Amino acid sequence: MLNMGPQHPSTHGVLRVVLEMDGEIIVDLRPDVGYLHRGIEKIAEHRTYNQVLPLTDRLDYVSAAINNLGWVETVEKALGLEVPERAKTVRVILCELQRIASHLIWLGTHALDIGAMTVLLYCFRERERIMDIFENYCGARLTTSCFRVGGLMRELPEEFEGLVRDFLAYFPARIEEYDGLLSANPIWLKRTKGVGVIGARQAIDIGLSGPALRGSGVARDIRVDEPYANYERFKFIVPVGKKGDVYDRYQVRMEEFRQSISIVRQALDYLPNGPIMADAPQIVPPSKEAVAEDMSALIHQFKLLSKGYKVPAGEIYHAVEAPKGELGFYLVSDGSEMPYRLKIRGPSFVNLQALYQMSKGCLLADMVAIIGSLDICLGEVDR
Amino acid sequence: MIEQLKTFITGELGIAIGIGLLKSLIVVVGALLLVAYATLAERKIWSWFQSRIGPNRVGPWGLLQPIADGIKFLMKEDIIPRNADKPLYILAPFLAMLPALLIFAVIPFGELRLGGYVLDLQIVEVNIGVLYIFALSSLGVYGIVLGGWASNNKYSLLGGLRAASQMISYELVLGLSIIGVVMTTGTLSLRGIVDWQQQRYILLLPQFLGFVCFLIAMVAELNRGPFDLPEAETELTGGYHTEYSSMKFAMFFMGEYAAMIGGSAIISCLFLGGGKAPFGWQLSFVPGPAWLFLKMMAFIFFFMWIKATFPRVRYDQLMSFGWKFLLPLALFNVLLTGVLISAGVL
Repeated sequence: MLNMGPQHPSTHGVLRVVLEMDGEIIVDLRPDVGYLHRGIEKIAEHRTYNQVLPLTDRLDYVSAAINNLGWVETVEKALGLEVPERAKTVRVILCELQRIASHLIWLGTHALDIGAMTVLLYCFRERERIMDIFENYCGARLTTSCFRVGGLMRELPEEFEGLVRDFLAYFPARIEEYDGLLSANPIWLKRTKGVGVIGARQAIDIGLSGPALRGSGVARDIRVDEPYANYERFKFIVPVGKKGDVYDRYQVRMEEFRQSISIVRQALDYLPNGPIMADAPQIVPPSKEAVAEDMSALIHQFKLLSKGYKVPAGEIYHAVEAPKGELGFYLVSDGSEMPYRLKIRGPSFVNLQALYQMSKGCLLADMVAIIGSLDICLGEVDR
Repeated sequence: MIEQLKTFITGELGIAIGIGLLKSLIVVVGALLLVAYATLAERKIWSWFQSRIGPNRVGPWGLLQPIADGIKFLMKEDIIPRNADKPLYILAPFLAMLPALLIFAVIPFGELRLGGYVLDLQIVEVNIGVLYIFALSSLGVYGIVLGGWASNNKYSLLGGLRAASQMISYELVLGLSIIGVVMTTGTLSLRGIVDWQQQRYILLLPQFLGFVCFLIAMVAELNRGPFDLPEAETELTGGYHTEYSSMKFAMFFMGEYAAMIGGSAIISCLFLGGGKAPFGWQLSFVPGPAWLFLKMMAFIFFFMWIKATFPRVRYDQLMSFGWKFLLPLALFNVLLTGVLISAGVL
């Protein structure tokens, strides 16, 4: 018996796995989650719809913007709110940058788990630039809370486009660098090929999503299958693997780097002018200028931000393609200003279930590689 | 009594002992200094690879960092786990460090000229120097295995087990890969091997297979990445030294670095002619020890380089690589050398 975690360098946080070992071979294993449980779903029941937004930052804390998007779109769907095209496009840009940042964390830690520590620092070097872009837009780097129900928190700053274009020009060469370090490295191939195999059928049965599912050859991507924001405007391929081993999942994510770059570039070229907030005075607070001059606007903003707005009673499910997989929000509203019940389908939590099938009978070192290839984030597993 | 002491000190034996002590002092202090600065070099070199700055706070260019580290290790609380096997737990770091330092005794560093006086930096010339080195490097594994066992920690135990199997299997390759050198030079004395190469040619190319086997096996023997399985931070959280703290932990590291430096010296002596200047006599105005030092540094840099570049191999892959590929290759090298010698080529 070996108690791996909750304090272990390669369980990506506070995952605990109780292993039954025969020498170095894993005979049986039992993942144990809950060490990072903060009760986000329960807290959400006592917050107005706007106040839930910062909570979603703390789900998968390396892809905060995408969590934000999932939440605001869920509320918009419940309200039947149409968001301006410009806001949608900016959302896509930020979310794809966030996807790259999240995948960079995955690549760095995954490579570090397998022992290639230089990749980690390279990845963080690039991620830093994405963080700078986010800081430039919303002032925050990690917990961004950068979207609002109805649109965006603010208009794009002047330097934003230049920063993003610089990054787009800089990043593709870096992907080649990682490729050169890992993709054809015989040790890397030996460590990843044929390890942690999961077939397409089994992957679907477990409910895998995201790159973990696509690695097994199932071309499901919510951005394509059930487009949200304005993803239907942009052309990109959904990369899939063949065997469903660690290497295939690695290749899928490496290709997603390139696809995300392409989406950001298309979105930046497309970016239309126009308002950034929906025209819905009952939900969207008035502009700051109006608040400064107009007494009724001031009162309206105060009421809207302190009491919140009502969402029609009913049940709604909305999912977005997070870097880790399908991030779904199941919202039950009783018509009041706060959610009656919010269930968050965290992709990491579901994907983690495959750990048993993948790593039973393999070596301890393989399990570390498999956890890395599942790309779990414990903030999302435990919520 | 005093008279007797006087005659003893000025006598032949006394002078021999005095010189021996002096030489040991120079070599051990030099080795420990090298160990200290190898840690700094490793951090600096990695930081260059990883686009970082590395230590630069303590002293100019971080040059006093090793001293600060040493003081810090000494001041740290020394924790012995309650269920540890206490005597073995304390013994293990010493066992890991001592053999690594003892190896320096037979390395022919060359001669140091101080005015008219010539000081031979090799502490003792043993005519079976190569065997002596292998005997000591086999002892090195005990420190790690016992440390892993005595900590009474499952990760440490796994690390110790890995170390045992890894070091024992690679010891074989290590031994076999230099048989070619021994066959060619006809001596087991390190000094003899170096002298042979000084007079004729360096054995890098004639013994290239042996060199490659030796280099790979040495990385495994030293537990350096990509073969650092007994430590494997990301799998075993530090392996055999998970439970060690304070100076005991530092001693494991000093042992590892000392072994790395000693190993670099050995491989330079065996395959690169020790202190022999490259490109013939034109460069021979630089003293021999400096050349040996440069060659050692090149190998140390190489060890750090591969650690920064490669992922870690898996335990079973390492074993099958050793037994199924390196060992036959080393054996083939022995055969090849034999054929070449009997054909009169070497």
